[in-house]
Amino acid sequence: MSEATAQTTAPAAASAAAVLAVPRSGWHVATVASTRRETPNAARIELEVDGWPGNAAGQHLDVRLTAPDGYTATRSYSIASSGTGTHVTLAVDKLPDGEVSPYLVDEVRAGDMLEVHGPLGAFFVWAPDAAAAGDPAADATRDTRPVQLIAGGSGVVPLFAMAAAHDAAEDPTPFRLLYSVRSPDDVYFADALRRLAAASASLQLDLVYTRRAPEGWPSPPARITRDVLEAAVIPAAERPRVFVCGSTGFVERVADWLVELGHDARSIRTERYGGT
Amino acid sequence: MSFITRGFSGRDRERDERLPPGQTLVHDFPVLSAGPTPEVDTAEWEFTIRTESGVHRWNWDEFTSLAIDDVDTDIHCVTHWSKLGTSWRGVSLDTLFEHVETEQEYVMAHSYGGYTTNVPLDELLDGKAWVAFEFDGEPLEAEHGGPARLLVPHLYFWKSAKWVRGLVMMDQDEPGFWEQNGYHLHGDPWTEERYW
Repeated sequence: MSEATAQTTAPAAASAAAVLAVPRSGWHVATVASTRRETPNAARIELEVDGWPGNAAGQHLDVRLTAPDGYTATRSYSIASSGTGTHVTLAVDKLPDGEVSPYLVDEVRAGDMLEVHGPLGAFFVWAPDAAAAGDPAADATRDTRPVQLIAGGSGVVPLFAMAAAHDAAEDPTPFRLLYSVRSPDDVYFADALRRLAAASASLQLDLVYTRRAPEGWPSPPARITRDVLEAAVIPAAERPRVFVCGSTGFVERVADWLVELGHDARSIRTERYGGT
Repeated sequence: MSFITRGFSGRDRERDERLPPGQTLVHDFPVLSAGPTPEVDTAEWEFTIRTESGVHRWNWDEFTSLAIDDVDTDIHCVTHWSKLGTSWRGVSLDTLFEHVETEQEYVMAHSYGGYTTNVPLDELLDGKAWVAFEFDGEPLEAEHGGPARLLVPHLYFWKSAKWVRGLVMMDQDEPGFWEQNGYHLHGDPWTEERYW
């Protein structure tokens, strides 16, 4: 999403199909179906969105809150779910100085109504292989390259949507997720990720703990290094498509290393969580 | 269609009149891009303007020998953050177009790394846009678009192409990178031209 930059030499070719496939965005009324604690610092919020046109894995939406005096605050959140239907899952990390995220994590409850605008973004998305779904016309354009997902902290949200969509579609593309997280308690969608990783060939999951590792974990907690990255991602020689999402520092570091390790910059898509 | 959100009172309340609707004030400088940060050496850098009749070209030394403006301005990102009173130095598009003849009314800005964004030429002239190479008194950092980026502060900041390498004149408006990916063709923050 957003500010002025991108890394692709063929944006027209790459995105023309995506634009067609993505429904037009708009404002919708969302009712909170349920909310639960996702990690000590984050909540999972299930929304029922009136008129939602469905969304691709990796897209985001804007949430707008309105105070009694008309004051509004709007923020963007990645969507953890995908597909048709009007059900949308968010997982929101509480920012210490935030205005909207503390409300969404601590205050909102089932039955509350919010406004959402979306779905948004047609670039940081993954869709199941049409050929695998039995569309013979798609064979010619089929992208059989493996997919490497790399998440830092709450950056896992749109990548989880991709991994779940991949599994649900029984898509044959090899998928691997490298997930850097503070501690075992901070893993988003922990049960679902374990299930995807246990399912035959659906997802290879590599966790890096930065502050506290589970008992018996083979390596002490530490921030990701270039060597760890190299060992835990699909090698450049296999030409993976790579999606990286996390804080600016995390994404800058990882994307630079990937290029140094021989990955084609045009195959690396990034989403950075800014300071808002 | 706005309605009151139960339990929400708002907190920041920094409703500075310089903030367009839907924007929140930030004091840091978020980075948002779609891929790895290109590293562009000023020794290799060049800036071009391509028109129907030819190409105008500046290398780094020629470019930084042009008249340089100090620009104090607010900037607004479509992802809802605004930063007020930022200071830049750069070359005005008026200076760059001084000797460029063209009948074409639309511009596609091209970046190192492949990014593109479209802007009507009218929106770049008359003191409205620069190619900036300093931010806050320092050379522009690569993650913010260095060595040089477009600066079009009256439009959402995705129009201010980072790592800019040239402008291509066009007969008609055509969507650039983010515009093809869901953002508005024009992008005025004051009327919230965010998405198509």
